Amino acid sequence: MSTAPLVRIGKGAMSPLRTVREIWRYRDLFQALGTRDLRLRYRQTALGVAWVVVQPLAAAGIFAFVFGTIAKVPTDGQPYLLFSFAALTGWNFFSGVLTRASVSLIQNPQLVTRVYFPRLILPMAVVPAALVDLLVTIVAFLGLAAMQGRVPTAAFFVLPLVILLLGMLALGAGFAAAALAVRYRDVQYLLPVAIQLALYASPVAYSASAVSGEWRGLYYANPLAAPLELMRWSLLGTPFPGANHLAYSVAAALALCLVGTWVFRHIERSFADEI
Amino acid sequence: MRSDAGSAVAVHAERLGKSYRIGRGPRATTLAERLVNVVRHPFGRGTDDAFWALRDASFEIPRGQAVGIIGRNGAGKSTMLKLLSRITTPTSGWAELHGRVGSLIEVGTGFHPELTGRENVYLNGAILGMRRHEVARRFDEIVAFAGIEQFIDTPVKRYSSGMYMRLAFAVAAHLDAEILVIDEVLAVGDLEFQRKCLGKMGEVAGAGRTVLFVSHSLHAISTLTTRTMVLERGRIAFDGATSDALAYYRALQTQGAEAPHAYRAPEGKTGVHLVRGKVVTSISDGLHRHLDPFALEFALDVPVPVSQLCFSVHIMDETDRAVNHFWIYGDGPSFRNSTGQFTVRIDVPKYRLVMGRYTVTVWVTDRATHTIYEHLTNLCPFEITMDGLSRPDYDWSPDMMVYAEDYTYDVRRRP
Repeated sequence: MSTAPLVRIGKGAMSPLRTVREIWRYRDLFQALGTRDLRLRYRQTALGVAWVVVQPLAAAGIFAFVFGTIAKVPTDGQPYLLFSFAALTGWNFFSGVLTRASVSLIQNPQLVTRVYFPRLILPMAVVPAALVDLLVTIVAFLGLAAMQGRVPTAAFFVLPLVILLLGMLALGAGFAAAALAVRYRDVQYLLPVAIQLALYASPVAYSASAVSGEWRGLYYANPLAAPLELMRWSLLGTPFPGANHLAYSVAAALALCLVGTWVFRHIERSFADEI
Repeated sequence: MRSDAGSAVAVHAERLGKSYRIGRGPRATTLAERLVNVVRHPFGRGTDDAFWALRDASFEIPRGQAVGIIGRNGAGKSTMLKLLSRITTPTSGWAELHGRVGSLIEVGTGFHPELTGRENVYLNGAILGMRRHEVARRFDEIVAFAGIEQFIDTPVKRYSSGMYMRLAFAVAAHLDAEILVIDEVLAVGDLEFQRKCLGKMGEVAGAGRTVLFVSHSLHAISTLTTRTMVLERGRIAFDGATSDALAYYRALQTQGAEAPHAYRAPEGKTGVHLVRGKVVTSISDGLHRHLDPFALEFALDVPVPVSQLCFSVHIMDETDRAVNHFWIYGDGPSFRNSTGQFTVRIDVPKYRLVMGRYTVTVWVTDRATHTIYEHLTNLCPFEITMDGLSRPDYDWSPDMMVYAEDYTYDVRRRP
């Protein structure tokens, strides 16, 4: 009986270490929720997997027309479609995780008011499905690149690190957005606008090298800039974004995760009463 | 002693309380409202009133005890369960639970219509805190308990509501936790299945697990628990043996300050009077099953002969309407023109009143002199349940009738 876990109620917030242990104890719930999302996504739609590819491809096509054909944006010497598609894979992963994480609590009120589990699991559980989407998109990209006679180089194996970095940025912001959305419903209207703005403030439709020198420093204040450039470097061999910018992004991702978790845990205590 | 004390207690709560703000306006739910509030009340929230849904709840539950929680609507039952199952956090006080806590506030939480029965069992199990291998180990048992073997790979949106609830409850019933916190989940499903669940929960309570159980079914409470807390306006008004708690609760229900299920005349009462009164119910004290034989027992003290002594009994429903009248007068009764103590027993071979709560009113009068010796109301509160009497197609509901008549029917196709 000495091994029986002790559950404390109402003696202040749970320590970070206990929170991590609780999440670990509920790892099967994380898996179950992730599997549910995947099954639902790929079971209900007739086109299934195809939608995952069609969406970024359509966006890349529009970008190719507007920026590549009409505006003739420089692409570091790459065909425009591949150029924008490479960054869009990463961008879609980021925006997908952030958007779905932000509504993960308010779309599951029955879970929040009827049963206990570490609430951080809900925003975290959107990652597996987004990851599968990302992998499918990358395979599609590789196919598209191969048609133009391009095969990935050793830089391709840096990709997991890029994904990790983008995932941390998305989840950090997602934790805060999810918790704030419980208290302030306008978050769900504000966030899509912010994401749309961020898309144009990030090197997706154009290259960071197109930003003039004096603005370059400010431009890289956007923590998404370096990982997206890195993604393009890894998939297409465009210029490397620079170690200092990358180091900044890593620091920003860590800070965002800490702040996001803090905001979440701060509001968490009243989720069931407010949702 | 020191080492035992820690492990013998499963739940320890100390002045546990939860308050909700019922301020002057609704709480800000948008950023704009919040900003307006800050401008209007820059130095705080003004005069928010707190409503205490639960206050100063202190108790200890030894390991292995099954404890019932009863109380009227809004008495704080759900708040207590939500606090103990960590769905919400207390405003004051604290509690410690020694062991794995499983809570069933509702069954089927997280069930998704598009997923198959099998997928939902795993998902729901995980939501209830079960490990995947635990669900896998008990999977066949769960499916057999629900009795839906052949539909287990069908999306649950194609299930009948009965099948859906059976599967949902089956998962919950196999939750492996040392401390189980259970809300009124038996209110669902057909009576046949409810009985099966009651049996399953009885097993759980008997298997040395600590159980906290909220129910409106006094029958379920009296079968499953040995100790019961009665909540009243957010406080624990009574905490003790279940039989005492039920008596206390029924008394509360009938509004009388003290209305135990048997009546006894106050010490030293004189004159023609009722000494004792009692209802003989079929399940337990004060709980009777519809259509079972029912009886009323009285003792009457008649110190002086009364020529036209009348004794009559009304059964009153919750709206204080007399639904039965048993009268004992005319030439028959031997208590006329006689003295001494008499016992009166009224037997009803098949009591047809439907589910609900009832009380007894007694009249002792003299027809000749128009004297009222006794007029006692709200005696012997009792409850009639339809538990164990299932009806196909439509379940019983409280207000469908006051009385069930015997009948036969004949259906023929017109030639």
